[in-house]
Amino acid sequence: MFDQIAAVTLINLRSIPQRALLSGATVFSIALVVMVLLGFLAMSSGFSKTMQGTGSADVAVMLRTGSQTELNSGLSVDQLRLIEEAPGIARDANDIPIVSGELFVIVDGIKRASQTEANLPLRGVGPAAQSLRQGFTIVEGRTYEAGTNELIVGEGIIREFAGFDLGQTIRLGSNEWVVVGIFSTGGTVFDSEIWTDLTVIQNLYQRGTSVQSIRARLTSPEAIEEVRAYAENDPRLNLDIQSEVDYFASQAGGTAMLITYLGVPLSIAMAIGALAGAWNTMYSSVDTRMREIATLRAIGFSGFAAAFGTMVESLALAGLGGLIGAAGVYLLFNGVSASTLGSSFTQVVFSFAVTPMSVVLGLGLALIVGFLGGIIPAIRAATVPLLAVHRS
Amino acid sequence: MTDLYQLTDLSKGYTRGREAITIFEQLTMSIQEGDFIAIMGPSGSGKTTLLNLLGGIDRPSSGSVDCQGVRIDKLSQGKLAKWRAANVGFIFQFYNLMPTLNAAQNVELPLLLTNLSGKARKERVATALDIVGLADRARHSPRQMSGGQQQRVAIARAIVADPKVLLCDEPTGDLDRKSADEILETLQLLNKDLGKTIIMVTHDPSAAKYARRELHLDKGRFVEAAELAQ
Repeated sequence: MFDQIAAVTLINLRSIPQRALLSGATVFSIALVVMVLLGFLAMSSGFSKTMQGTGSADVAVMLRTGSQTELNSGLSVDQLRLIEEAPGIARDANDIPIVSGELFVIVDGIKRASQTEANLPLRGVGPAAQSLRQGFTIVEGRTYEAGTNELIVGEGIIREFAGFDLGQTIRLGSNEWVVVGIFSTGGTVFDSEIWTDLTVIQNLYQRGTSVQSIRARLTSPEAIEEVRAYAENDPRLNLDIQSEVDYFASQAGGTAMLITYLGVPLSIAMAIGALAGAWNTMYSSVDTRMREIATLRAIGFSGFAAAFGTMVESLALAGLGGLIGAAGVYLLFNGVSASTLGSSFTQVVFSFAVTPMSVVLGLGLALIVGFLGGIIPAIRAATVPLLAVHRS
Repeated sequence: MTDLYQLTDLSKGYTRGREAITIFEQLTMSIQEGDFIAIMGPSGSGKTTLLNLLGGIDRPSSGSVDCQGVRIDKLSQGKLAKWRAANVGFIFQFYNLMPTLNAAQNVELPLLLTNLSGKARKERVATALDIVGLADRARHSPRQMSGGQQQRVAIARAIVADPKVLLCDEPTGDLDRKSADEILETLQLLNKDLGKTIIMVTHDPSAAKYARRELHLDKGRFVEAAELAQ
């Protein structure tokens, strides 16, 4: 039986050039389906990677109870001072608690690619902010001077948005700023932010002494429980306390799922179209070789071998389409920088990430299209009337 | 000579819409082993249908087709396929070669249904191609060959598994006279030297002369030569 199947499969595969146009169209349509699916998955996983790669287990993020994001949180300077005295908070060499009160406002930026406006986060930070971000480095220029209108800008902003080049003066709202440095946190979400001194933001945006979030270095990841217990026992501290890792993981989930939930139905809709193409190609394959198939069966080949050969042809075309689609997405998009709206209504810059798992999913979808497209033609091949041997 | 086929009260018909069409009715005949029969007759007389029934690629409406004690009209599709592989070689008017395979690969196809090793298969293929005079064209594809050569490849394919009977449907119908004569001489050789039973459907009286005997089928029954002369 194996020899029969191998012979019929060889005949089928070698006959593909006889239907080059139809076969090519099927391969192309399946490649497109896989490209759309992998494109969305690459976007989703790239976004998740950026968000989930952000944050440390030994940094606590504190927001007002019930506020899911920094944008709708508000904390007083008194609360900030109380947290500085909490147990479990790490201190530097000078015995100063490593805590940063931060204020987060939205400003407009112009996207380089589309020249359209998009929201960018302008973060006012305390002196400890830089040491609270793992891998923080100034890659060009210097850091801002406290109390001045100087900014430092994340690498992602420089890549995706115009007007933030080093030394440039830029107007954000009614205020002018000078870009004095470019920083990197190794591709985390902070690379999509603009930073300056907290007190300058408080003054310019009339926020008094309030902050929106508090970040604090913990003596250990487990120390977060001590901080929580401390906050729960003090009625003045009305706080949600999470580790930075957990905070960004929860922020990533919604947007990544939204991207996936948009991409998967679109890919499935396109796959149904490609299925019709594959079905048509394979039907044509069986129809044009009706006499050949009948001859093989007259010689004694089984209907199963004829069906199997047809199915292998269908799967081969679909598999080829899948590989082309996956290779296309990888070459065109993998590592390409893009930005999208994060949960704080500001742009998060991330890189498309084509993962091995998404390639497996894409190829799986292609093979499903090939299987479904080939199954009825395969049954037809198995039941070709033997009298078709006499067709001229 | 012993009987190879025994056909008893064989009828074959089909319906077209509400109309029942009879191809032949109550046909009884025997074909002996080693015979070379030319079945002749006008178009629509049932020649090819009879060949299909003998080859087990069609089933009778009623009656029986017995081949050396095997009622082939009663076999299941799977068993019939195995019976065809072991007992019958087909030669068609349009050769029915696989255009994407070369001559040797085409000839090897029936051997893929046997338990022969790859080496044994290659030897059998070489012998079959040698018998039909195409040993030097083994690697050529059908489109690189003339019609006569393609038909000889088809003959090699038909004999490679050493079947008892060769069923030929207008084997020279698509060939010029010279190529046709070469094919018919080859068939005659296979009958005389290798003892193959050959049943050939043809329109061509000069082709029929290569056979040991001629049968004339007209309106579903065999007619005698005298009757035919009238």
